[in-house]
Amino acid sequence: MNLRRFFLIAVPYLWLGALFLVPFVIVLKIALSDIALSIPPYTPQLDLSAGWEGVRSFFADLDFENFTFLTTDDLYWKAYLSSLQIALISTFVTLLVGYPMAYGMARAASEWRPTLLMLVILPFWTSFLIRIYAWMGILSNEGLLNQFLLWTGLISEPLTILNTNLAVYIGIVYAYLPFMILPIYAALEKMDDSLLEAAEDLGCSRVTAFWLVTIPLSKSGIIAGCFLVFIPAIGEFVIPSLLGGSGTLMIGKVLWEEFFSNRDWPVASAVAIILLLILIIPIILFQRNEQKQREAEG
Amino acid sequence: MSQTIFAPWDDPNEKPLIQFKGVTKRFGDFTAIDNLNIDIFEREFFALLGPSGCGKTTLMRMLAGFENPTSGSILLAGQDIVPVPPNKRAVNMMFQSYALFPHLSVWDNIAFGLRRGNASKDEIADRVEEMLRLTRLSKFAKRKPHQISGGQRQRVALARSLAKAPKLLLLDEPLGALDAKLRQDTQFELMDIQEKTGTTFVIVTHDQEEAMTVASRVAVMDEGRLIQVATPSVIYEAPETVYVADFIGDVNIIEGTASQSGDKVEITWAEGEMPIRGTTAKTFAPGQTCHFAIRPEKVTITTERPDSANMLQGRVIDIAYLGNLSTYHVKLPNGTMMKAQTANTRRLANRGITWEDDVWLSFTDTAGVLLER
Repeated sequence: MNLRRFFLIAVPYLWLGALFLVPFVIVLKIALSDIALSIPPYTPQLDLSAGWEGVRSFFADLDFENFTFLTTDDLYWKAYLSSLQIALISTFVTLLVGYPMAYGMARAASEWRPTLLMLVILPFWTSFLIRIYAWMGILSNEGLLNQFLLWTGLISEPLTILNTNLAVYIGIVYAYLPFMILPIYAALEKMDDSLLEAAEDLGCSRVTAFWLVTIPLSKSGIIAGCFLVFIPAIGEFVIPSLLGGSGTLMIGKVLWEEFFSNRDWPVASAVAIILLLILIIPIILFQRNEQKQREAEG
Repeated sequence: MSQTIFAPWDDPNEKPLIQFKGVTKRFGDFTAIDNLNIDIFEREFFALLGPSGCGKTTLMRMLAGFENPTSGSILLAGQDIVPVPPNKRAVNMMFQSYALFPHLSVWDNIAFGLRRGNASKDEIADRVEEMLRLTRLSKFAKRKPHQISGGQRQRVALARSLAKAPKLLLLDEPLGALDAKLRQDTQFELMDIQEKTGTTFVIVTHDQEEAMTVASRVAVMDEGRLIQVATPSVIYEAPETVYVADFIGDVNIIEGTASQSGDKVEITWAEGEMPIRGTTAKTFAPGQTCHFAIRPEKVTITTERPDSANMLQGRVIDIAYLGNLSTYHVKLPNGTMMKAQTANTRRLANRGITWEDDVWLSFTDTAGVLLER
């Protein structure tokens, strides 16, 4: 019986170990190495044929030089800060756009809800990359949006949206909107309508009832949605590189350039490790929110 | 000191607190409430009783303001409340699901309505404490609704709806979610609280026993109409229609033709059977079809031929043993089934009647009621 339980628990741990911990250790090891003109492009290599001495010299060669390097060039911390800012603002905008949509879905007649849910998930049927390319077509100077605005006469000169931060915001909000809508919808949908009637009966106007009952009861959905948008948005690479301009500084882009343009694997790995450390805080907060919600329901 | 009987509905000088005047409510083609008139008086515990879909909940939701009548007017203390939105009415409602706010503690749930008014912090705290004492919840003030039992939740819902001291409290199936034993205790608690606070209560229920226990008057509804409005004892002992007699409690209904002399009526109901003798204040035309309703507990069951105004012979088909009572299902020679109920004052082994026994059923000529329809 105990053995069975042990194996049952061992499966997810093995999974996490093989697919998360081992790659993490490899990346950490590369981050502690030095760049070299070889294949793979870093040194030292673990030479087990040299025996114990080989292992010792391997560990002796590891150092934190790359992490120190990150602090000397202001490009890196500026990129981290700019990523944080872009992620925070786009999370907030996604919430502002997503909440009313989730609310509308939850209040819609029950026979409509599966259809609406389907419409929210529908974009996932197309490749993420293609959808971002489509936005390039919409936002470019000769794009659909500018053509439409010129046609209506609202503007006389095409607006420059593509290759600016604005395009990055639009891209992130668009791409991550379903991740905001779904948890909020889940929270709102199970809310009992009689709670709002009770609030009204006790003297609330519709608006106060919304603030005092609906918002607090969808809080867990709001928090879950915000984390689900914020965490991937901070390391986002595709959207800033396709929609952003040269001025758009995001850590995902920096990481990509270090890795593929400079072929500096150790520095790229150090950037990735720091990004992970930054993300651990919101991930832990997210987990705690989920746990608290489970306890409240249990 | 003579006790004054609480019966404002019999006093023509008494002004009703609530008046429904020709209220009709339609949902599309469906008429939920059909031209309904009703007077409810102050300090009354008024029960709306009926099967599901009879319109009792719609009636209550109109009082709370969640539905507006299609036509007619609803007066609260003489003032038409139809245009008043629910949050401006001096009416509070206790919801069937209790609708407690899950994110707020018991204390904050009770304070919720008070905080919407102009009361100061101290006033609110005093009132909440008072409500907690009244409903014996002081120990649970800091708990969240999911941390207390069903019975406690029910009391929180009651305390919350009473906190604003409404003129009228509406209770929608308030005890529906409680188990039988707790339900009984809570019924008496409700009556006690109603007396203490002097609030007018309107309760919606489909449980006739509950309505009979708590209410000062019961309104039996069917298909959007009021069938009879009277005190529980009148509803039980003197139902006006077969529907009411059948809906409230157990009853034997015998259909026959009447022949009246004075207040005595003889009902011919089956060939080869003695006519049933009854008493009535109504007038029946000779040969008019009538229904004779008699409660099982008013029918005596014996093995020996008794001496009574009405006697019927039959055979015991079934015995429903309820502990304190036993109900005997007796088949008469013409196939009619009659129910007779006796209190089990003796131990089971000492009782003489069992299955397949030939028995006599008897009742006095005043035991039953004669109904026209």
